[in-house]
Amino acid sequence: MSTSEEERAMGGGIPSAVRQTVRDAAREDGPAETARSGSSPVYVTGIGVAAPNGLGLERYWEAVLAGRSGIVPISRFDTSRYPARLAGQIEDFDASTHLPSRLLPQTDVSTRLALSAADWAIADAGVDASSATDYDMGVVTANGCGGFDFTHREFKKLWSEGPQAVSVYESFAWFYAVNTGQISIRNGMRGPSSALVAEQAGGLDALGHARRTVGRGTPLMVTGGVDSAFDPWGWVSHLSSGRISHATDPERAYLPFDREARGQVPGEGGAILLVEDPAAARARGARRVYGELAGYASTFDAAPGRVRGRAAHPARPRRGRAAGLRRAARLALTEAGLEPQDVDVVFADAAGVRDLDRVEAAAIRDLFGVHGVPVTAPKALTGRLGAGGGPLDVATALLSIRDGVIPASGATADVPAEYGIDVVTGAPREIRVRHALVLARGRWGFNSAVVVRAATT
Amino acid sequence: MQSTITMTIDDLHRILADCGGASEDWPRGADVHDRRFEELGYDSLALMEAAVRIEKEYGTPVPDELIPTLSTPRDVLDLVNGARPA
Repeated sequence: MSTSEEERAMGGGIPSAVRQTVRDAAREDGPAETARSGSSPVYVTGIGVAAPNGLGLERYWEAVLAGRSGIVPISRFDTSRYPARLAGQIEDFDASTHLPSRLLPQTDVSTRLALSAADWAIADAGVDASSATDYDMGVVTANGCGGFDFTHREFKKLWSEGPQAVSVYESFAWFYAVNTGQISIRNGMRGPSSALVAEQAGGLDALGHARRTVGRGTPLMVTGGVDSAFDPWGWVSHLSSGRISHATDPERAYLPFDREARGQVPGEGGAILLVEDPAAARARGARRVYGELAGYASTFDAAPGRVRGRAAHPARPRRGRAAGLRRAARLALTEAGLEPQDVDVVFADAAGVRDLDRVEAAAIRDLFGVHGVPVTAPKALTGRLGAGGGPLDVATALLSIRDGVIPASGATADVPAEYGIDVVTGAPREIRVRHALVLARGRWGFNSAVVVRAATT
Repeated sequence: MQSTITMTIDDLHRILADCGGASEDWPRGADVHDRRFEELGYDSLALMEAAVRIEKEYGTPVPDELIPTLSTPRDVLDLVNGARPA
């Protein structure tokens, strides 16, 4: 579908009032890239989490509130000759206890985590997929790395034993769309399904697209993202970003917004959510509603110099135009029908790279005012999960709404005053949370924002 | 080259489980020679995956284009054990 066709398709059902506010936002912030359709609420009714500091939603949440980190020295291979050696590793996941053995020879670790998290989300929602209409359930996931570990092993066979030895399952196990496909097959979900790739921003894009798909008439979507790439080849791909922390102390390696920020720590895992049309959720007697996906937007920054793979520099907005991240946040709020003062907490992208932290702090400060809103980065405890990062932050935001508490930002403690943002540090902050803004940036210019709010049942 | 080793249904079951994962649909103790592979929990990809191993162990090539014609364990055993032209 061409861009104009897609925009027509998406604009078709927008109530005129919404179109007006979108245009207002566009006037303020420049052209609206993706502030679009679907102002009707979409419920999140199930969550499955696979995180380095906790497998399963409640174990993860307990770890986050206790400030327990999943960042450890990499144990999957010998890192002694690599400049960076720490990662957010999931160490207690035994795929054979969660999945049928038929699925094991054909899945990368990332897909095993995605399939398991999807199972947990579906069970959490109390949905019996086998009794529902297959075309009424779709899947949209994000993935940024593909099946690195699986592919590395098959490539090794290719070099050493020849093409005959390469697993036939490599044909799809490497692929960004494989998590969507496997979740769809396993659960008999044949509704509109897709996969999105936008590095760390992709997970929020998947949620946004799931919301849009429900708005177009599919009652139930399984959505989210999972990534994992901790084989030597995958690790080198992480290192190529030039953003990875070379620190050796797991406690101090990833300190987003801290004066001593020294880079990122990659992590593995993510979250899969079950989202539903509210009427459909009520009709089947959904046992709980965590909240609503109330707004979504994405923007794009042109890469400086347009050189792929170079050490990142924060993209500079054109003169007179707000930074892409701020525009995404504003547009998502507009779509949710909210103003900045309605937002109770921002879950930041939290790059952990000083230049990028400064750009994000400026975007938040410009939108909310100096110290205008609590900002948190629980991903400091997991590392950056690629496509899994945004959905995990959304899951965390929904738990903040549920329990009235904002988790702290790992070991981040010393935030430069000139950032002008109120970072939640040290201990969780107890506060009523009705609306949360989740931000994510992907390498090469992707910015995405999701607004979640307490369900208006 | 035709091998002199005979392949049994247990051999085939073992190879399929190794290459495609153990299937929950393979009934224990029943005669499954003439059951369709789909009923036994294996698709054509699992057979392709097993084909390389079969050639390695039994010396019988199982070319990709032959795989759609192998619908039951008996088809594979006949091929490997020489009752069916490769």
